Amino acid sequence: MAERERDEVTGTETTGHEWDGIRELDTPLPRWWLWTFYATIVWGVGYMLAYPSLPLINTNYKGFLGTTNRMQLHQELKEVNTARAEKLQQLENLSLQDIRQNDELFQFANRMGAAAFKVNCVQCHQAGGQGAYGYPNLADDDWIWGGTLEDIHYSITHGIRYNPDTNEETRTSEMPAFGKDQILEPAQIDAVVEYVLKLSGQEHDAKKAEAGQTVYMEDAGCNGCHGDKGEGIKDVGGPRLNDQIWLFGGTREEIRAQIFNPKHGVMPAWKGKLDKATIKALTIYVHSLGGGVGS
Amino acid sequence: MVEVVDTLKREATGKAAGNVGAPQEPEEKTSLYQARRKIYPQSISGAYRHLKSMLAIVFMGIYFILPWIRWDRGPGAPDQAVLVDLAHRRFYFFFIEIWPQEFYYIAGLLILAGIGLFVATSMVGRAWCGYACWQTVWTDMFMWVERKIEGDRNAQMKLDKTPWNAQKIIKRGLKHAVWLFIAFWTALTFILYFGNAPDVVKWFFTGQAPSVAYWTVAIMGGITYMFAGIMREQVCIYMCPWPRIQGAMVDEDTLIVTYHDWRGEPRGSMRDRKKHPEIEFGDCIDCGKCVHVCPTGIDIRDGQQLACITCALCIDACNSVMEKIGKPRGLIAYASVKAYDDMASGKMKQADFGWRNFIRPRTIVYLTVWMLIAAGLVLHLATRDRLQINVIHDRNPMFVRLSTGEIRNAYTVRVLNMQLEPRQFRIRMEGLPEGKMRILGLDKPPAREFTFDVKGNKARALRVFVMVPGSKVSGRQEFGFAIEALDKDGKPTETATNKAVFEAPARR
Repeated sequence: MAERERDEVTGTETTGHEWDGIRELDTPLPRWWLWTFYATIVWGVGYMLAYPSLPLINTNYKGFLGTTNRMQLHQELKEVNTARAEKLQQLENLSLQDIRQNDELFQFANRMGAAAFKVNCVQCHQAGGQGAYGYPNLADDDWIWGGTLEDIHYSITHGIRYNPDTNEETRTSEMPAFGKDQILEPAQIDAVVEYVLKLSGQEHDAKKAEAGQTVYMEDAGCNGCHGDKGEGIKDVGGPRLNDQIWLFGGTREEIRAQIFNPKHGVMPAWKGKLDKATIKALTIYVHSLGGGVGS
Repeated sequence: MVEVVDTLKREATGKAAGNVGAPQEPEEKTSLYQARRKIYPQSISGAYRHLKSMLAIVFMGIYFILPWIRWDRGPGAPDQAVLVDLAHRRFYFFFIEIWPQEFYYIAGLLILAGIGLFVATSMVGRAWCGYACWQTVWTDMFMWVERKIEGDRNAQMKLDKTPWNAQKIIKRGLKHAVWLFIAFWTALTFILYFGNAPDVVKWFFTGQAPSVAYWTVAIMGGITYMFAGIMREQVCIYMCPWPRIQGAMVDEDTLIVTYHDWRGEPRGSMRDRKKHPEIEFGDCIDCGKCVHVCPTGIDIRDGQQLACITCALCIDACNSVMEKIGKPRGLIAYASVKAYDDMASGKMKQADFGWRNFIRPRTIVYLTVWMLIAAGLVLHLATRDRLQINVIHDRNPMFVRLSTGEIRNAYTVRVLNMQLEPRQFRIRMEGLPEGKMRILGLDKPPAREFTFDVKGNKARALRVFVMVPGSKVSGRQEFGFAIEALDKDGKPTETATNKAVFEAPARR
């Protein structure tokens, strides 16, 4: 047992520990420090009683303040919404054009739309809106149903082919299954495939394409939806064929498959799921991805 | 004779009030905790007291007046000379304005402060503690108030002992009221640095200020009152890391308050001197005045110690006594350990210690480094850019194929107009000769350059689309964006460029 002794120079006791002749002073702590230490203990006990702290067998001690992190989160979200109320109101009341002209509101809508996009849209349209096979690219300049603010707003609100039996407002188009339902002969399908390849400037069989034009314009009436030059008709949702963008692929086989038995995509109507301000914000965001066109 | 001197010495040190870790009787059981011995510093006048007061007035003047100084920066910009605008992330200091990304200036100041610690310690020791530290300055002010109301050391000690009566209640109440007012005003001044001072004061007293303002004032004010009024030297001795840091930096050349025991010892009061005519006493008459005036309650005659803040009030006290008894001044004086040794061994006369002792290789090196960094900072500040550009390439999607077969990349170009007035800028593409730009919101046909406006003191984020015909690109290509600030005649005054990459599908 080390022996406590008194240091001659300072008059303070040592701890009695010695390392190579160096001894450690046991300088007394200030008394207020001790009281501060006791006060922190009392504070700690109070804190434990006030907040959820102790695990019990089935549940946990709730604390007499009855507060939880989740409640605080809700409270904070509420405050955020209150702070945003004015801007949200403006989003709801102003027209899409007006929102776009107001730089501050535009930035707000854009960020809000980006957040809503990440939650609701990326599952099909991907993080940057670039889409995937069968899911339209929102960042390019090819729009089946139109790329103005109003068109985009309508598509988001009412969806595409979304319960068309009960939902009259949804955008609907249906391309007949020319092969499967035997509307066209196989030779006619071959011909029209070559013509579509020609429209989009790809390699094709010129002779067959000539026959295909007749099928396109007369026998099958493709021009009714896709336009005389394959430029597409947005009002009926007829995709443009004379460009390099293909929703279900642009190779000979893929085009043939789409004519034989077309695939149709479905997009939900967001009316009722999202509030008006969010849908408008989404519209602004999608429009600004790079492909939006003027009205 | 040696025995007698030893006894006298022990009596003297034992008497020294408030000596930290003063020797106690060996038989006494030491407590692990020490009650604070209240210190009643006596007022003293002298050269160092004068210097200390002057400095305190200057420092407090700066602190209390600075937020009220106005500085015209033109319309729309704050007109407060020194303002930390947290809400808008700007720091204003007279003609200097600092953005958050220019925080390295603050880092530079911290480095200067760090090296300044070396400079100061090598030249003047713990002068910061004695003259400049807010703990010292505010405690000094609180002590001054205390003396004005309760009287000097003896009156204060007497008042402490008298039972509570009307006079004591009035004096004590008045003292604490004045202390609290000073503490409140100190804390209120602190928040004025974070908002427009006249507005903040108005809001504060009409209950319109944000709750954080009230909390800050309550906490800051409470700490000021506690630290300067009640805790005082306890803050220096127990709470502050400074005495430890600088204590470890003290060397034989460091300026410290030194008791020249080679001329003071053996000490003896007038009575001792009469009682022991056979002893040849030193200059110290053991009047205890140096102990009485000490704001941390130590006896400097025990030598350099942690609690000494080198305020030099004991020098003033001892000099006044030496003058009275007709002995040379400087029994307690500023000196380094080396100078003390030289004086004690007679190699150096006390009067020879002066400014030459500060010029040493070490101080020259420290000062040079310090000044080089300071000069670098000032130079950088004087020539800094007031235009910055950041380019972020969209990575998702990296590129988009358009219906015409063009490949398009998107960028977010942030243009920072760091001047207070609005300016017109021109953005231009450098490289990628086939490429054209379109800027979202400008509604202009694609081109290779555009002009746009940015408000003063603001950043503007542009969505820039760059299109290149698909047949002209393959894989990754580098190019650049150049931004020019234009004056009224459309001439470029400042340019910033940023590299960017253009991504396209690799052609097989």
